Amino acid sequence: MADKINYKEVFFNPLSKDNPVIVQVLGICSCLAVTAKLEPALVMGLSVIAVLAFSNVIISLIRNTIPTNIRIIVQLVVVAALVIIVNQLLLAYAYDVSKQLSVFIGLIITNCILMGRLEAFAMGNKPWPSFLDGVGNGLGYAWILVVVGFFRELLGSGTLMGCQVVPQSWYDAGYANNGLMILPPMALIVVACVIWVHRTRNPELQEKA
Amino acid sequence: MINKQSNVYTIVYITMLVVVVGAALALTAMSLKEKQDDNARADKMGQILQAVRLTSPRDRVISDFQKYITDQFVVNSAGQKVDGAEAFGIDVAAEAKKPVGERLLPVYVCAIPDAGTKYILPLAGMGLWGPIWGYVSFDADGSTIYGAFFDHQGETPGLGAEIAKPQFSDQFQGLSVEKDGVFTPVTVVKNGQKPDGAGDYVDGISGGTITSLGVASMLDDCLTPYKAFLESISEN
Repeated sequence: MADKINYKEVFFNPLSKDNPVIVQVLGICSCLAVTAKLEPALVMGLSVIAVLAFSNVIISLIRNTIPTNIRIIVQLVVVAALVIIVNQLLLAYAYDVSKQLSVFIGLIITNCILMGRLEAFAMGNKPWPSFLDGVGNGLGYAWILVVVGFFRELLGSGTLMGCQVVPQSWYDAGYANNGLMILPPMALIVVACVIWVHRTRNPELQEKA
Repeated sequence: MINKQSNVYTIVYITMLVVVVGAALALTAMSLKEKQDDNARADKMGQILQAVRLTSPRDRVISDFQKYITDQFVVNSAGQKVDGAEAFGIDVAAEAKKPVGERLLPVYVCAIPDAGTKYILPLAGMGLWGPIWGYVSFDADGSTIYGAFFDHQGETPGLGAEIAKPQFSDQFQGLSVEKDGVFTPVTVVKNGQKPDGAGDYVDGISGGTITSLGVASMLDDCLTPYKAFLESISEN
Protein backbone atom coordinates (compact mmCIF):
# COMPACT_ATOMS: atom_id res chain seq x y z
CA MET A 1 0.00 0.00 0.00
CA ALA A 2 1.06 3.55 -0.61
CA ASP A 3 2.52 5.89 2.00
CA LYS A 4 0.46 6.64 5.01
CA ILE A 5 -2.05 9.33 4.12
CA ASN A 6 -2.10 12.52 6.11
CA TYR A 7 -5.84 13.13 6.54
CA LYS A 8 -5.27 16.70 7.54
CA GLU A 9 -3.42 17.50 4.34
CA VAL A 10 -5.97 15.66 2.23
CA PHE A 11 -8.70 17.86 3.64
CA PHE A 12 -6.97 21.23 4.02
CA ASN A 13 -4.64 21.38 1.00
CA PRO A 14 -7.46 21.90 -1.51
CA LEU A 15 -8.71 24.85 0.53
CA SER A 16 -5.57 26.87 -0.02
CA LYS A 17 -2.24 25.52 -1.26
CA ASP A 18 -3.77 23.12 -3.78
CA ASN A 19 -7.03 24.93 -4.43
CA PRO A 20 -8.79 23.57 -7.54
CA VAL A 21 -9.88 27.02 -8.77
CA ILE A 22 -7.12 29.45 -7.87
CA VAL A 23 -4.09 27.14 -8.03
CA GLN A 24 -5.04 24.41 -10.48
CA VAL A 25 -7.39 26.80 -12.33
CA LEU A 26 -10.08 24.17 -12.92
CA GLY A 27 -13.84 24.66 -13.01
CA ILE A 28 -13.51 28.24 -14.21
CA CYS A 29 -16.46 28.21 -16.60
CA SER A 30 -19.07 27.63 -13.90
CA CYS A 31 -17.25 30.23 -11.83
CA LEU A 32 -18.01 32.80 -14.53
CA ALA A 33 -21.57 31.74 -15.00
CA VAL A 34 -23.14 31.46 -11.57
CA THR A 35 -21.39 34.11 -9.52
CA ALA A 36 -23.32 37.23 -10.54
CA LYS A 37 -25.37 36.72 -7.37
CA LEU A 38 -24.35 35.21 -4.05
CA GLU A 39 -27.26 32.80 -3.65
CA PRO A 40 -26.76 30.74 -6.85
CA ALA A 41 -23.01 30.71 -6.13
CA LEU A 42 -23.71 29.25 -2.69
CA VAL A 43 -26.12 26.62 -4.02
CA MET A 44 -23.73 25.73 -6.83
CA GLY A 45 -20.90 25.35 -4.30
CA LEU A 46 -23.01 23.10 -2.07
CA SER A 47 -24.09 21.02 -5.08
CA VAL A 48 -20.49 20.49 -6.15
CA ILE A 49 -19.45 19.53 -2.59
CA ALA A 50 -22.25 16.96 -2.45
CA VAL A 51 -21.55 15.49 -5.88
CA LEU A 52 -17.80 15.44 -5.38
CA ALA A 53 -17.91 13.84 -1.92
CA PHE A 54 -20.38 11.12 -2.88
CA SER A 55 -18.85 10.31 -6.25
CA ASN A 56 -15.42 10.08 -4.61
CA VAL A 57 -16.78 7.65 -2.00
CA ILE A 58 -18.69 5.54 -4.52
CA ILE A 59 -15.77 5.30 -6.94
CA SER A 60 -13.42 4.53 -4.07
CA LEU A 61 -15.72 1.73 -2.85
CA ILE A 62 -15.87 0.06 -6.25
CA ARG A 63 -12.34 1.01 -7.35
CA ASN A 64 -11.04 -2.55 -7.20
CA THR A 65 -13.84 -3.95 -9.33
CA ILE A 66 -13.79 -1.39 -12.15
CA PRO A 67 -12.38 -2.81 -15.42
CA THR A 68 -9.50 -0.46 -16.32
CA ASN A 69 -10.52 0.01 -19.94
CA ILE A 70 -13.91 1.49 -19.06
CA ARG A 71 -13.00 3.29 -15.85
CA ILE A 72 -13.69 6.79 -17.25
CA ILE A 73 -17.12 5.66 -18.43
CA VAL A 74 -17.89 4.23 -14.99
CA GLN A 75 -16.77 7.48 -13.35
CA LEU A 76 -18.96 9.49 -15.72
CA VAL A 77 -22.00 7.30 -15.08
CA VAL A 78 -21.63 7.75 -11.32
CA VAL A 79 -21.11 11.51 -11.58
CA ALA A 80 -23.96 11.97 -14.05
CA ALA A 81 -26.35 10.01 -11.83
CA LEU A 82 -25.44 12.08 -8.77
CA VAL A 83 -25.79 15.34 -10.68
CA ILE A 84 -29.24 14.36 -11.89
CA ILE A 85 -30.27 13.48 -8.34
CA VAL A 86 -29.01 16.87 -7.09
CA ASN A 87 -30.89 18.59 -9.90
CA GLN A 88 -34.08 16.71 -9.02
CA LEU A 89 -33.70 17.68 -5.36
CA LEU A 90 -33.22 21.34 -6.28
CA LEU A 91 -36.30 21.24 -8.53
CA ALA A 92 -38.26 19.89 -5.59
CA TYR A 93 -36.88 22.03 -2.76
CA ALA A 94 -35.25 25.14 -4.28
CA TYR A 95 -37.16 25.74 -7.50
CA ASP A 96 -36.20 29.40 -8.02
CA VAL A 97 -32.49 28.84 -7.52
CA SER A 98 -32.67 25.81 -9.75
CA LYS A 99 -34.20 28.00 -12.48
CA GLN A 100 -31.39 30.52 -12.09
CA LEU A 101 -28.69 27.86 -12.24
CA SER A 102 -30.48 26.25 -15.22
CA VAL A 103 -27.95 24.28 -17.25
CA PHE A 104 -25.02 24.81 -14.91
CA ILE A 105 -26.09 22.10 -12.46
CA GLY A 106 -26.11 19.67 -15.39
CA LEU A 107 -22.70 20.97 -16.40
CA ILE A 108 -21.22 19.86 -13.06
CA ILE A 109 -20.80 16.57 -14.94
CA THR A 110 -18.20 18.19 -17.17
CA ASN A 111 -16.50 20.07 -14.33
CA CYS A 112 -12.82 19.15 -14.56
CA ILE A 113 -12.45 19.09 -10.77
CA LEU A 114 -14.71 16.03 -10.54
CA MET A 115 -13.03 13.82 -13.09
CA GLY A 116 -9.67 15.04 -11.84
CA ARG A 117 -10.34 13.99 -8.24
CA LEU A 118 -11.92 10.67 -9.23
CA GLU A 119 -9.05 9.71 -11.50
CA ALA A 120 -6.24 11.09 -9.34
CA PHE A 121 -7.47 10.26 -5.86
CA ALA A 122 -10.54 8.06 -5.49
CA MET A 123 -9.25 5.37 -7.87
CA GLY A 124 -6.32 4.76 -5.57
CA ASN A 125 -7.52 5.49 -2.05
CA LYS A 126 -9.91 4.14 0.55
CA PRO A 127 -13.41 5.60 1.00
CA TRP A 128 -12.75 7.73 4.09
CA PRO A 129 -9.77 9.72 2.72
CA SER A 130 -11.65 9.93 -0.61
CA PHE A 131 -14.59 11.46 1.20
CA LEU A 132 -12.32 14.02 2.90
CA ASP A 133 -10.65 14.75 -0.42
CA GLY A 134 -14.05 15.29 -2.06
CA VAL A 135 -15.36 17.58 0.66
CA GLY A 136 -12.05 19.46 0.77
CA ASN A 137 -11.94 20.08 -2.97
CA GLY A 138 -15.64 20.93 -3.02
CA LEU A 139 -15.12 23.45 -0.24
CA GLY A 140 -12.07 24.82 -2.02
CA TYR A 141 -14.24 25.40 -5.08
CA ALA A 142 -17.20 26.71 -3.10
CA TRP A 143 -15.38 29.33 -1.07
CA ILE A 144 -13.90 30.90 -4.19
CA LEU A 145 -17.37 30.99 -5.75
CA VAL A 146 -18.79 32.61 -2.64
CA VAL A 147 -16.03 35.24 -2.49
CA VAL A 148 -16.48 36.08 -6.17
CA GLY A 149 -20.28 36.07 -5.82
CA PHE A 150 -20.05 38.31 -2.75
CA PHE A 151 -18.06 41.02 -4.52
CA ARG A 152 -19.98 40.80 -7.78
CA GLU A 153 -23.39 41.06 -6.14
CA LEU A 154 -22.30 43.77 -3.69
CA LEU A 155 -20.66 46.00 -6.30
CA GLY A 156 -22.86 45.04 -9.25
CA SER A 157 -26.32 45.07 -7.70
CA GLY A 158 -25.83 46.67 -4.28
CA THR A 159 -27.46 43.63 -2.67
CA LEU A 160 -26.39 40.48 -0.81
CA MET A 161 -28.53 37.33 -0.99
CA GLY A 162 -31.12 39.58 -2.64
CA CYS A 163 -31.30 42.03 0.30
CA GLN A 164 -30.43 45.67 -0.29
CA VAL A 165 -27.23 46.53 1.61
CA VAL A 166 -26.08 49.71 -0.11
CA PRO A 167 -28.25 52.39 1.51
CA GLN A 168 -30.53 54.55 -0.61
CA SER A 169 -28.73 57.66 0.65
CA TRP A 170 -25.59 56.57 -1.24
CA TYR A 171 -27.53 56.34 -4.48
CA ASP A 172 -29.03 59.76 -3.79
CA ALA A 173 -25.49 61.07 -3.30
CA GLY A 174 -24.49 59.85 -6.75
CA TYR A 175 -23.26 56.29 -6.13
CA ALA A 176 -24.14 53.90 -8.95
CA ASN A 177 -24.01 50.12 -9.20
CA ASN A 178 -21.20 48.93 -11.42
CA GLY A 179 -23.07 47.19 -14.24
CA LEU A 180 -19.82 45.64 -15.48
CA MET A 181 -19.62 43.53 -12.31
CA ILE A 182 -22.61 41.42 -13.30
CA LEU A 183 -21.15 40.63 -16.73
CA PRO A 184 -19.05 37.44 -17.08
CA PRO A 185 -15.65 39.13 -17.74
CA MET A 186 -15.62 40.59 -14.24
CA ALA A 187 -15.81 37.09 -12.77
CA LEU A 188 -12.46 36.33 -14.39
CA ILE A 189 -10.98 39.58 -13.12
CA VAL A 190 -12.25 38.97 -9.58
CA VAL A 191 -10.85 35.41 -9.69
CA ALA A 192 -7.55 36.87 -10.92
CA CYS A 193 -7.52 39.29 -7.98
CA VAL A 194 -8.13 36.39 -5.57
CA ILE A 195 -5.22 34.48 -7.19
CA TRP A 196 -3.03 37.57 -6.86
CA VAL A 197 -3.76 37.97 -3.15
CA HIS A 198 -3.35 34.24 -2.61
CA ARG A 199 0.03 34.07 -4.35
CA THR A 200 1.32 37.12 -2.54
CA ARG A 201 0.52 35.41 0.75
CA ASN A 202 1.98 32.06 -0.37
CA PRO A 203 5.35 32.81 -1.98
CA GLU A 204 6.06 29.10 -2.45
CA LEU A 205 3.34 29.07 -5.17
CA GLN A 206 5.18 31.65 -7.28
CA GLU A 207 7.15 30.31 -10.21
CA LYS A 208 10.87 31.04 -10.20
CA ALA A 209 11.67 33.74 -12.71
CA MET B 1 -10.00 -15.10 -9.47
CA ILE B 2 -12.07 -13.38 -12.16
CA ASN B 3 -10.25 -11.85 -15.11
CA LYS B 4 -11.23 -8.20 -14.80
CA GLN B 5 -9.88 -7.35 -18.23
CA SER B 6 -12.10 -9.82 -20.09
CA ASN B 7 -14.87 -8.57 -22.36
CA VAL B 8 -17.50 -10.61 -20.55
CA TYR B 9 -16.57 -9.06 -17.23
CA THR B 10 -16.65 -5.56 -18.71
CA ILE B 11 -20.06 -6.04 -20.33
CA VAL B 12 -21.62 -7.63 -17.26
CA TYR B 13 -20.11 -4.92 -15.05
CA ILE B 14 -21.38 -1.98 -17.06
CA THR B 15 -24.82 -3.58 -17.49
CA MET B 16 -25.19 -4.03 -13.75
CA LEU B 17 -23.97 -0.49 -13.09
CA VAL B 18 -26.45 1.01 -15.53
CA VAL B 19 -29.34 -1.01 -14.06
CA VAL B 20 -28.48 0.09 -10.52
CA VAL B 21 -28.03 3.74 -11.53
CA GLY B 22 -31.19 3.68 -13.62
CA ALA B 23 -33.20 2.29 -10.72
CA ALA B 24 -31.79 4.94 -8.35
CA LEU B 25 -32.67 7.73 -10.75
CA ALA B 26 -36.17 6.39 -11.41
CA LEU B 27 -36.77 6.14 -7.67
CA THR B 28 -35.62 9.73 -7.07
CA ALA B 29 -37.67 11.08 -9.95
CA MET B 30 -40.80 9.26 -8.81
CA SER B 31 -40.54 10.20 -5.17
CA LEU B 32 -39.94 13.89 -5.92
CA LYS B 33 -42.34 14.22 -8.83
CA GLU B 34 -45.29 15.50 -6.81
CA LYS B 35 -43.27 18.26 -5.18
CA GLN B 36 -41.67 19.27 -8.49
CA ASP B 37 -45.07 19.42 -10.19
CA ASP B 38 -46.37 21.62 -7.38
CA ASN B 39 -43.41 23.95 -7.88
CA ALA B 40 -43.96 24.03 -11.64
CA ARG B 41 -47.65 24.83 -11.11
CA ALA B 42 -46.86 27.62 -8.64
CA ASP B 43 -44.27 28.95 -11.07
CA LYS B 44 -46.85 29.00 -13.88
CA MET B 45 -49.31 30.82 -11.61
CA GLY B 46 -46.64 33.42 -10.84
CA GLN B 47 -46.02 33.93 -14.56
CA ILE B 48 -49.73 34.37 -15.26
CA LEU B 49 -49.97 36.96 -12.47
CA GLN B 50 -46.96 38.83 -13.86
CA ALA B 51 -48.91 39.37 -17.08
CA VAL B 52 -51.31 41.54 -15.05
CA ARG B 53 -48.41 43.38 -13.40
CA LEU B 54 -48.63 41.43 -10.14
CA THR B 55 -45.50 39.97 -8.60
CA SER B 56 -46.12 37.54 -5.76
CA PRO B 57 -43.49 36.06 -3.50
CA ARG B 58 -43.19 32.30 -3.83
CA ASP B 59 -45.08 31.48 -0.62
CA ARG B 60 -48.07 33.65 -1.53
CA VAL B 61 -48.36 32.87 -5.21
CA ILE B 62 -51.05 30.19 -4.92
CA SER B 63 -53.30 32.24 -2.64
CA ASP B 64 -52.81 35.33 -4.83
CA PHE B 65 -53.69 33.33 -7.91
CA GLN B 66 -56.89 32.11 -6.30
CA LYS B 67 -57.66 35.63 -5.14
CA TYR B 68 -57.17 37.50 -8.43
CA ILE B 69 -57.99 34.90 -11.08
CA THR B 70 -61.76 34.77 -10.83
CA ASP B 71 -62.48 32.46 -13.73
CA GLN B 72 -60.69 30.30 -16.26
CA PHE B 73 -62.18 28.65 -19.29
CA VAL B 74 -61.33 27.38 -22.76
CA VAL B 75 -62.59 28.81 -26.03
CA ASN B 76 -62.25 27.73 -29.65
CA SER B 77 -61.23 29.88 -32.58
CA ALA B 78 -64.89 30.88 -33.13
CA GLY B 79 -64.87 32.44 -29.67
CA GLN B 80 -67.25 29.87 -28.15
CA LYS B 81 -66.61 28.28 -24.80
CA VAL B 82 -65.53 24.65 -24.91
CA ASP B 83 -67.06 22.54 -22.17
CA GLY B 84 -65.17 19.99 -20.16
CA ALA B 85 -61.66 21.36 -20.70
CA GLU B 86 -59.56 22.74 -17.89
CA ALA B 87 -57.68 25.89 -18.89
CA PHE B 88 -54.73 25.52 -16.52
CA GLY B 89 -53.88 22.00 -17.63
CA ILE B 90 -53.69 22.77 -21.35
CA ASP B 91 -50.32 22.43 -23.02
CA VAL B 92 -50.22 25.68 -24.98
CA ALA B 93 -47.10 24.72 -26.91
CA ALA B 94 -48.81 21.55 -28.17
CA GLU B 95 -51.99 23.45 -29.08
CA ALA B 96 -49.98 26.03 -31.04
CA LYS B 97 -48.82 23.26 -33.40
CA LYS B 98 -52.40 22.30 -34.34
CA PRO B 99 -54.45 23.93 -37.12
CA VAL B 100 -56.20 27.06 -35.84
CA GLY B 101 -59.68 25.54 -36.05
CA GLU B 102 -58.79 22.63 -33.75
CA ARG B 103 -56.96 24.54 -31.03
CA LEU B 104 -58.14 24.70 -27.44
CA LEU B 105 -57.54 28.27 -26.29
CA PRO B 106 -57.26 28.90 -22.53
CA VAL B 107 -58.47 32.19 -21.07
CA TYR B 108 -57.85 33.41 -17.51
CA VAL B 109 -60.16 36.11 -16.19
CA CYS B 110 -58.59 38.35 -13.62
CA ALA B 111 -60.24 40.96 -11.43
CA ILE B 112 -57.84 43.61 -10.17
CA PRO B 113 -59.05 46.17 -7.65
CA ASP B 114 -59.17 49.65 -9.25
CA ALA B 115 -58.20 48.31 -12.66
CA GLY B 116 -61.23 46.19 -13.60
CA THR B 117 -61.46 42.89 -15.41
CA LYS B 118 -58.50 41.63 -17.42
CA TYR B 119 -58.30 38.67 -19.79
CA ILE B 120 -55.01 36.78 -19.79
CA LEU B 121 -54.10 34.73 -22.87
CA PRO B 122 -51.16 32.33 -23.04
CA LEU B 123 -48.58 32.28 -25.86
CA ALA B 124 -46.07 29.68 -26.99
CA GLY B 125 -43.48 29.79 -29.74
CA MET B 126 -39.87 29.22 -30.67
CA GLY B 127 -36.84 31.41 -30.03
CA LEU B 128 -33.35 30.81 -31.35
CA TRP B 129 -32.33 27.87 -29.15
CA GLY B 130 -35.58 26.52 -27.82
CA PRO B 131 -39.13 27.22 -26.70
CA ILE B 132 -40.28 30.67 -25.63
CA TRP B 133 -43.61 31.41 -24.02
CA GLY B 134 -45.54 34.19 -22.41
CA TYR B 135 -48.84 35.63 -21.25
CA VAL B 136 -50.57 38.76 -22.49
CA SER B 137 -53.41 40.44 -20.62
CA PHE B 138 -56.11 42.53 -22.27
CA ASP B 139 -58.41 45.20 -20.89
CA ALA B 140 -62.15 44.57 -20.98
CA ASP B 141 -62.32 46.37 -24.36
CA GLY B 142 -60.67 43.31 -25.92
CA SER B 143 -57.97 45.25 -27.74
CA THR B 144 -55.77 47.20 -25.32
CA ILE B 145 -52.87 45.28 -23.79
CA TYR B 146 -52.67 45.72 -20.03
CA GLY B 147 -49.48 43.78 -19.43
CA ALA B 148 -47.24 41.07 -20.81
CA PHE B 149 -44.82 38.47 -19.55
CA PHE B 150 -42.29 36.46 -21.54
CA ASP B 151 -39.94 33.67 -20.63
CA HIS B 152 -37.66 31.26 -22.41
CA GLN B 153 -35.91 27.98 -21.91
CA GLY B 154 -32.42 28.62 -23.19
CA GLU B 155 -31.99 31.89 -25.06
CA THR B 156 -28.56 33.54 -24.90
CA PRO B 157 -28.06 35.49 -21.65
CA GLY B 158 -27.69 39.20 -22.34
CA LEU B 159 -29.12 38.84 -25.84
CA GLY B 160 -32.26 36.82 -26.58
CA ALA B 161 -32.80 36.15 -22.89
CA GLU B 162 -33.58 39.84 -22.42
CA ILE B 163 -37.16 39.13 -23.54
CA ALA B 164 -37.79 37.89 -19.99
CA LYS B 165 -36.88 41.28 -18.52
CA PRO B 166 -39.45 43.94 -17.67
CA GLN B 167 -37.60 46.43 -19.92
CA PHE B 168 -38.85 44.38 -22.85
CA SER B 169 -42.26 43.23 -21.68
CA ASP B 170 -43.27 46.61 -20.21
CA GLN B 171 -43.16 48.09 -23.71
CA PHE B 172 -46.38 46.22 -24.45
CA GLN B 173 -48.45 48.04 -21.86
CA GLY B 174 -51.11 50.21 -23.45
CA LEU B 175 -50.58 49.00 -27.01
CA SER B 176 -53.57 47.96 -29.07
CA VAL B 177 -54.13 44.93 -31.28
CA GLU B 178 -56.73 46.78 -33.31
CA LYS B 179 -56.00 49.48 -35.85
CA ASP B 180 -58.88 51.09 -37.80
CA GLY B 181 -61.14 48.18 -37.01
CA VAL B 182 -58.66 45.58 -38.26
CA PHE B 183 -57.12 42.95 -35.95
CA THR B 184 -53.33 43.35 -36.02
CA PRO B 185 -51.28 41.61 -33.33
CA VAL B 186 -48.40 43.73 -32.00
CA THR B 187 -45.16 43.14 -33.89
CA VAL B 188 -41.55 43.38 -32.83
CA VAL B 189 -39.15 45.34 -35.05
CA LYS B 190 -35.49 46.30 -34.91
CA ASN B 191 -34.64 49.32 -32.82
CA GLY B 192 -35.47 52.54 -34.65
CA GLN B 193 -37.39 50.89 -37.46
CA LYS B 194 -41.11 50.89 -38.17
CA PRO B 195 -43.18 47.95 -39.39
CA ASP B 196 -44.79 47.86 -42.84
CA GLY B 197 -48.33 47.85 -41.50
CA ALA B 198 -50.05 50.44 -39.36
CA GLY B 199 -50.27 48.28 -36.22
CA ASP B 200 -48.59 48.92 -32.90
CA TYR B 201 -45.05 47.62 -32.41
CA VAL B 202 -42.29 47.35 -29.84
CA ASP B 203 -38.53 47.56 -30.20
CA GLY B 204 -36.74 44.22 -30.50
CA ILE B 205 -33.56 43.29 -28.71
CA SER B 206 -30.22 44.26 -30.21
CA GLY B 207 -28.24 41.09 -30.80
CA GLY B 208 -31.34 39.02 -30.16
CA THR B 209 -32.97 39.36 -33.56
CA ILE B 210 -34.03 35.74 -33.99
CA THR B 211 -35.56 35.66 -30.52
CA SER B 212 -37.31 38.99 -31.16
CA LEU B 213 -38.70 37.66 -34.43
CA GLY B 214 -39.78 34.56 -32.51
CA VAL B 215 -41.75 36.76 -30.12
CA ALA B 216 -43.35 38.57 -33.07
CA SER B 217 -44.43 35.38 -34.80
CA MET B 218 -45.58 33.91 -31.47
CA LEU B 219 -47.80 36.95 -30.90
CA ASP B 220 -49.20 36.66 -34.41
CA ASP B 221 -49.69 32.92 -34.27
CA CYS B 222 -51.15 32.70 -30.77
CA LEU B 223 -53.27 35.87 -30.62
CA THR B 224 -54.94 35.58 -34.04
CA PRO B 225 -57.01 32.51 -33.01
CA TYR B 226 -58.41 34.62 -30.15
CA LYS B 227 -59.71 37.25 -32.60
CA ALA B 228 -63.34 36.11 -32.35
CA PHE B 229 -63.14 35.83 -28.56
CA LEU B 230 -61.61 39.30 -28.13
CA GLU B 231 -64.29 40.78 -30.38
CA SER B 232 -66.99 39.07 -28.35
CA ILE B 233 -65.77 40.59 -25.07
CA SER B 234 -65.56 44.05 -26.59
CA GLU B 235 -69.22 43.79 -27.60
CA ASN B 236 -70.37 43.06 -24.05
